[in-house]
Amino acid sequence: MLDRADGQIFTGNVRLVHAVGMHARPAVKLTKLAKKFQAQISVRVAGAPEWINAKSVAKIMAMRAAHGSTIEIKASGSDAEAAVAALVDLVASDFPDGAG
Amino acid sequence: MTDTVGIVIVSHSSDIAKGTADMVRQMVGSEVKVAFCGGNPDGGLGTSVPLIIDAINAAWSPKGVAVLVDLGGAETNSEMAVEMLEPARRDLVVVCNAPIVEGAVMAATEAAGGSSLAQVKAVAEELSAD
Repeated sequence: MLDRADGQIFTGNVRLVHAVGMHARPAVKLTKLAKKFQAQISVRVAGAPEWINAKSVAKIMAMRAAHGSTIEIKASGSDAEAAVAALVDLVASDFPDGAG
Repeated sequence: MTDTVGIVIVSHSSDIAKGTADMVRQMVGSEVKVAFCGGNPDGGLGTSVPLIIDAINAAWSPKGVAVLVDLGGAETNSEMAVEMLEPARRDLVVVCNAPIVEGAVMAATEAAGGSSLAQVKAVAEELSAD
């Protein structure tokens, strides 16, 4: 659903280092950061059948990504490259306070 | 900072209302105005229309206010509080059909991104949609 004929898709993978996985607080931070970009952004636990809208806090909380799992991120749109970089950085840096 | 939708939390218990507001502030941040009220004026369990109106005024934003409630009377008293606002403000306040804690956190997360009142309400109610 994200693929647009004219839009390049940027992707990134990042390992979830957070001790208890993608629980509520990291989910809020990820969603808030994603909303700062115009791009359509999707995430999934590596290999999961469905991509999840990174701007939907309910769906991100429900994805139940475990500690040590890899999160795949893809984005399309004008600022997609920056969006992927920012989200990879957020997850890789373990959701620091003040981020997002 | 552009205006964001305000959040009001209405519980029968002042402890629950305050605790829910604390969770929103800690998890989402301070860019969204959060007001809460819980208990009746005598200090017991209950909800009070004047206190709800005060909370709506405290969280007021030109973009509107989303109200999260717990059980029965919290909802009917919140609707009564909305009815008692001036007509021009009434349409800018919605009572969300959502679990109070989860709904408040999700509504505030959505509001922090600058979303409209309708979007904030829809996100809060995503949890009750299935």
